[in-house]
Amino acid sequence: MSLIKHYIRIKCSKTCYGGIPEYQVTLDGEKIEAAGADTLLTDLYKARIGDYPKFYKMDPLCRLGFVASELLLNAENRREEQFGESRGVVLFNAASSLADDRNYQETIKDPDAFFPSPSLFVYTLPNVLTGEIAIRNHYYGETNFIVLPHFDCAAMADGIRMSFTDRDLRSLLTGWVDCYSETSFDLLLFLVDSEVVGREVELQHEIEKLAK
Amino acid sequence: MIVKLADNIISPLGVTTGENYEAVKAGQSALCLHKGVKGVPTPFFASLLDERILSVEGDYTKFEKMCIQSVETALAQCDVDVSSDRTLFIISTTKGNVSLLAEGGEHENLLLGVAAQKIANHFSNRRTPMVVSNACISGVCAQIEAMRALTLGLCDYAVVVGADVQSPFIVTGFQSLKAVSPEACRPFDQERKGLNLGEAAATVIYGTAERAQDCWQMVCGAVRNDANHISGPSRTGEGSYLALRSVLQNANPSDIAFISAHGTATLYNDEMESIAISRAGLIDTPVGSLKGYYGHTMGAAGVLETLLSMCAVDDHTVIGTRGFERLGVSCPVSVTSENRTTDKRAFIKLISGFGGCNAAACFRKGGEE
Repeated sequence: MSLIKHYIRIKCSKTCYGGIPEYQVTLDGEKIEAAGADTLLTDLYKARIGDYPKFYKMDPLCRLGFVASELLLNAENRREEQFGESRGVVLFNAASSLADDRNYQETIKDPDAFFPSPSLFVYTLPNVLTGEIAIRNHYYGETNFIVLPHFDCAAMADGIRMSFTDRDLRSLLTGWVDCYSETSFDLLLFLVDSEVVGREVELQHEIEKLAK
Repeated sequence: MIVKLADNIISPLGVTTGENYEAVKAGQSALCLHKGVKGVPTPFFASLLDERILSVEGDYTKFEKMCIQSVETALAQCDVDVSSDRTLFIISTTKGNVSLLAEGGEHENLLLGVAAQKIANHFSNRRTPMVVSNACISGVCAQIEAMRALTLGLCDYAVVVGADVQSPFIVTGFQSLKAVSPEACRPFDQERKGLNLGEAAATVIYGTAERAQDCWQMVCGAVRNDANHISGPSRTGEGSYLALRSVLQNANPSDIAFISAHGTATLYNDEMESIAISRAGLIDTPVGSLKGYYGHTMGAAGVLETLLSMCAVDDHTVIGTRGFERLGVSCPVSVTSENRTTDKRAFIKLISGFGGCNAAACFRKGGEE
């Protein structure tokens, strides 16, 4: 029995030749069809979520993480439960909130058109995504965001293990969520519970396998 | 148990923890009005660090120099093999080198992990560093992660360094949110008008020991979410209360000298904290905020305020809340502007941030009494 029971993988990359971006969406290993890469996240939101207009206010990192968390939690099929403090959200990436940072910087770049945008500024922290997921699902447990030099399964497995030292934590929505622009991102989200304790090496290998 | 081995604070008030504590105890503040500084069109009150006080040389940004000098100063006080792969670097920052964005082009050390690696590599440490970027609570989260890594035996030493550098990016952002006070901030006061921003770096090195003896011990810590709003605190103080409640499972309220609150002096933060403290049954425990001395130093705040609280307990003192005059929150928490005395040996650091995150941690001098 594997430690990771539900996972979602979303990748999208625009090639530097200006061609059609390549994308991939798989949920628990099953491919999910989408209309195209340019509007991938909005298409997924409309087709499979649709009841959370706050989605349209979110920055690219939050859109990516939010859509993925929704599909993942639907697959888990425990959405009616009250998790309270027993579920946390701990995410990892390398780019922090860089996509939104660049967008905010644009609003203060020109002294003659100086309009700092509060709605962009609030998203210039990566952990706002963990907050969005906590709000949507009423999770009161630990939320944290850890930035690493690069995708690193061992560091992620350690980070996950560290969170489970919190005695109230029973399960964690966790994984890698990296976003460089609206059409360039890489995500692997999954759910684990406290049975990962003492099985960090196994967990690390499972993450490695899914990331391929 | 997890014990503090060494520490440092670099701020406009001094380049050692001791200098900083003496300045704060004497009521000094680094906050002042800045006009036309850093290309920000609107004047702002802040505590800014003069780069010339930094002695680190080499191809480093101000953020990196602050971190390196702070870690170097702390290392000189202890016998830690910093280059060992059993030593883990944990960097606490919200925006790192974000000011490089204004220069255009691609800077690799805009990436927080790359900047962290550069800092660790300066000390010949090749282990993958962790950057905790959990908004304003990063500094307490980073210490909680250090405590856990040590408890689980994932490392022998943890070097936690928190820092942030102010830039037009951050200052204009907080101005656009209407969160910035036009004067020196006034935590928990009736007339409070918002926060001030600040620059600092603070380092704490933790290790393990059989007995705490005369050391500072990190007892426990917890992180909880409000599940309420991404940029405003919960009206019921939910996450902050839950974090406090969790910490109180391992800490006796009668041992607590004071709560070092976040106390940013925004209308909503201070009100929320008063509710959380009251709900946790700590209404009679002295409460203080250090923001009137330093402003909000973001990634540094959780580490800096923990270290100054340790100095205060060592000095049998509850530091007064600078800028406070008359209580302006709905729950009657025990805040004073004057320093008070205490003979208790433990304190709680409380902190909250964007994304609805909250953390609390308890620290105690010596072992169980």
